[in-house]
Amino acid sequence: MNVPILQMRGITKTFPGVKALQDVTLDVNRGEVHAICGENGAGKSTLMKVLSGVYAHNTFDGDILFENEACEFSSITDSEKRGIVIIHQELALSPYLSIAENIYLGNELARNGWVEWRKTNLEAAKLLARVGLSENPVTPIQHISVGKQQLVEIAKALSKEVKLLILDEPTAALNDEDSDHLLDLILHLKGQGVTSIIISHKLNEIRKVADAVTIIRDGKSIETLRLDQGQITQERIIRGMVGRDLESLYPDRTPNIGEEVLRIEDWTVQHPQDHSRMVVSNANLTVRKGEVVGLAGLMGAGRTELAMSVFGRTYGRAVSGKVYKYGQEINTSTVSDAIEHGIAYATEDRKHYGLNLIEDIKRNISMAALNKLAKRGWVDGNQETTVANHYRKSMNIKAPSVAAITGKLSGGNQQKVVLSKWMFSDPDVLILDEPTRGIDVGAKFEIYTIIAELAASGKAVIVISSELPELLGICDRIYTLSAGRITGEVPIAEATQETLMHYMTQEKE
Amino acid sequence: MSALRESLGFLTSRLRQVGIFVALILIVILFQVLTDGILLEPQNVTNLVVQNSYILILAIGMVMVIIAGHIDLSVGSIAGFIGAVAGVMIVHWGWAWWLAIPACLLVGALVGAWQGYWIAYVGIPAFIVTLAGMLIFRGLTLITLKNQQITPFPNELRALGGGFLPDISGGTSVLEWLTVILGVGGTAAILFQALKERRVRRKFNLENEPMAWFAVKNGFIALLMLIITFLLASYRGTPIVLVVLAVLVILYSALMSNSIFGRHTYAIGGNLHAAELSGIKTKKVTFRLFVNMGVLAALAGLVFTARLNSAQPAGGTGFELDSIAAAFIGGAAVQGGIGTVAGAMIGGLIMGVLNNGMSILGLGTDYQQLIKGLVLLLAVGFDIFNKNRTGAGGGSSMGRRFKWKTTPPATEAAPAAKAEPVGVDAK
Repeated sequence: MNVPILQMRGITKTFPGVKALQDVTLDVNRGEVHAICGENGAGKSTLMKVLSGVYAHNTFDGDILFENEACEFSSITDSEKRGIVIIHQELALSPYLSIAENIYLGNELARNGWVEWRKTNLEAAKLLARVGLSENPVTPIQHISVGKQQLVEIAKALSKEVKLLILDEPTAALNDEDSDHLLDLILHLKGQGVTSIIISHKLNEIRKVADAVTIIRDGKSIETLRLDQGQITQERIIRGMVGRDLESLYPDRTPNIGEEVLRIEDWTVQHPQDHSRMVVSNANLTVRKGEVVGLAGLMGAGRTELAMSVFGRTYGRAVSGKVYKYGQEINTSTVSDAIEHGIAYATEDRKHYGLNLIEDIKRNISMAALNKLAKRGWVDGNQETTVANHYRKSMNIKAPSVAAITGKLSGGNQQKVVLSKWMFSDPDVLILDEPTRGIDVGAKFEIYTIIAELAASGKAVIVISSELPELLGICDRIYTLSAGRITGEVPIAEATQETLMHYMTQEKE
Repeated sequence: MSALRESLGFLTSRLRQVGIFVALILIVILFQVLTDGILLEPQNVTNLVVQNSYILILAIGMVMVIIAGHIDLSVGSIAGFIGAVAGVMIVHWGWAWWLAIPACLLVGALVGAWQGYWIAYVGIPAFIVTLAGMLIFRGLTLITLKNQQITPFPNELRALGGGFLPDISGGTSVLEWLTVILGVGGTAAILFQALKERRVRRKFNLENEPMAWFAVKNGFIALLMLIITFLLASYRGTPIVLVVLAVLVILYSALMSNSIFGRHTYAIGGNLHAAELSGIKTKKVTFRLFVNMGVLAALAGLVFTARLNSAQPAGGTGFELDSIAAAFIGGAAVQGGIGTVAGAMIGGLIMGVLNNGMSILGLGTDYQQLIKGLVLLLAVGFDIFNKNRTGAGGGSSMGRRFKWKTTPPATEAAPAAKAEPVGVDAK
């Protein structure tokens, strides 16, 4: 059974000034699902780029044996010819082209340079059936959900007669249902003889599908755990990733909850394009001083939409409803109004909506509250640096100085810059949308600690998260949303994953 | 030894800034040799300054617009239009220059407001709005002038284009002392400011330039200033337009780096959505940028008209391209968020020296255009090559570099509505 399909030996890859990979070993057996775990920046993606030929064979040291033959790939085309296909975290699909066109993009079914549409669509339909996606192959990609797009990527890989499928954080952008479907598909393909390597942060996923787990830490392969030897446990994986036992995933806190700070009443939001659709309908919620309130819901339930529509109407149209702060109705119809009333919203997508990646740390931190640093329109640069240095220290942002460019920081440190930005705006209510998305275990704990400290200092915090254990770990009260409606309000003492999921999937009665 | 390595490492990390500096020096030396020393003769240096002043004025506004992620193709036509308006006001209606100049700047502001409205509030890409503006204001120029030039202008206005500060030595000295005082004083002020900034950076534990590079850079700037001072002083002194330009450069450099408005401009160009979600009134900032561009274009039009002593139907043709080239040669990024006023000035000077040097050599406009085009291509090409090599610049791909940004309606800013099909991002 244990026939090796891939052996990577002594892989060392150096970038100017950094050893990204150091003597890494990876053994993958034919027909298994092999997970690769590690903190952000540990070298997982670099290793996969080495394997798939993104980094040409002469730019790193070490040997790759695939099906017992030495491989010297100079580009991704070379590795694809051998049946190694990588699907990146950020999907590489063209939104305006059809599903079929995307599947055969760069690999068109053509005769004498002319595309054979009938064959393209027919073959695409067969591939879609294999991945269990019932969509018309001529549908443009932008009209299907991210979860389905992920399946199209896999269909595309299958069209290349894949033997080894590499998935880089395939479920990062998916909801639970789509994630489950995807994981089932990986198992299904395994039954058809496709070997998979899956990079993931989500340990429960790994336990579900992986036959073996290789742990990478600081550019080195730490160990490979095998299911048939009973080695795959959450504790063992975490210990391997962080190099220590995490006693508790969440910081202890004793909530000290005071008066009501924010109340949202009868909040209703229309979809920006489809006016017949209510993305949020008649939502009511409150949050109190020193309280951490969770917003749970499946993808599309309207959590982010609710938050953004409150925060300066940055989502949706025909928003109606009332927002009260300390019992007074307030106007939050522009972002600057919302900020002035002490509301802050830290986005779920920090790269596109949270940070100016080409600018340095200090200017990102001051961005939402420059007027606090300015007199008559002129910014005091020294004070700005002082402020940024303060947050670098208190938030433990790892960077050479506050003049470092944020685009070069790791996900966890970028998130800390985003949080610093909003803390400096001195809000009374912080809405944190997926504050730990794409962040490794160690940094997650730091973010949880920051949230606990914010609440302890009397802020009201709303946390939106797709990870129920996270909400259960840090919140005092949790609202559930389903299809734009608030379906439940559960105090933490009564909350379990099961009760929350029950409310989150509740249909309109 | 380690200091040397540190300096080298610093230089390679700032290849672009160092490169443009070196490029300017090399071009000056090249033409100084090719023209047998005519390039740096006092009279020619004075000409060089005056001839390029209006392009440099435009380049200030242009680099700001580019930093915000936009472009302005209409500035040449606006400059021509304002020249025509000035002609009508002063020559036909007999307005005094002190009334006509502010009036012209106001017309420039209105023109900018017109374009800013379509770009910021309606959401039409600046490329389209200003392409339309290029045609509209050229048309208005022709209508205003009835296809004929207007001339002559009174001396007070002409001084803006070709006048000099008064000679306080009364014409008896070889050197023009006021120029010497201004030049030496200005040099001292620049050095003082540079030292002060270095001290502040050290105080706040920010990385500083290596001492060697700091000394070479500022020593060179000071030397350059003093040489220009000497050359100007030994001809007719300080051109009035140079004083105007110096004030503008100082003012706008400070504005871009230290004012809320400037910071917001960089923020918009760097990441429009993040700026919006940080409470920056992106539409207002964009609108103001174009109003400002209109005023500066009007000023450039006045200087140009004053210099020619006539308002001409074709006045200002091609200025937009020279000023855009100046901004990009000066290190502004096509996707926005990056660029400086000082860089644009150096970019403008490179274009100016090329123009002037080739004219002295008797090269026709055919070859001049060819060479200027190649220089622009090489400068930006070098930029991209350098960025790809070092992997710098926070995941900005080539594709993103050449996308003109528009202000999307706020509803699009919701991540929920987005599919994420863009290419591989650096982690």
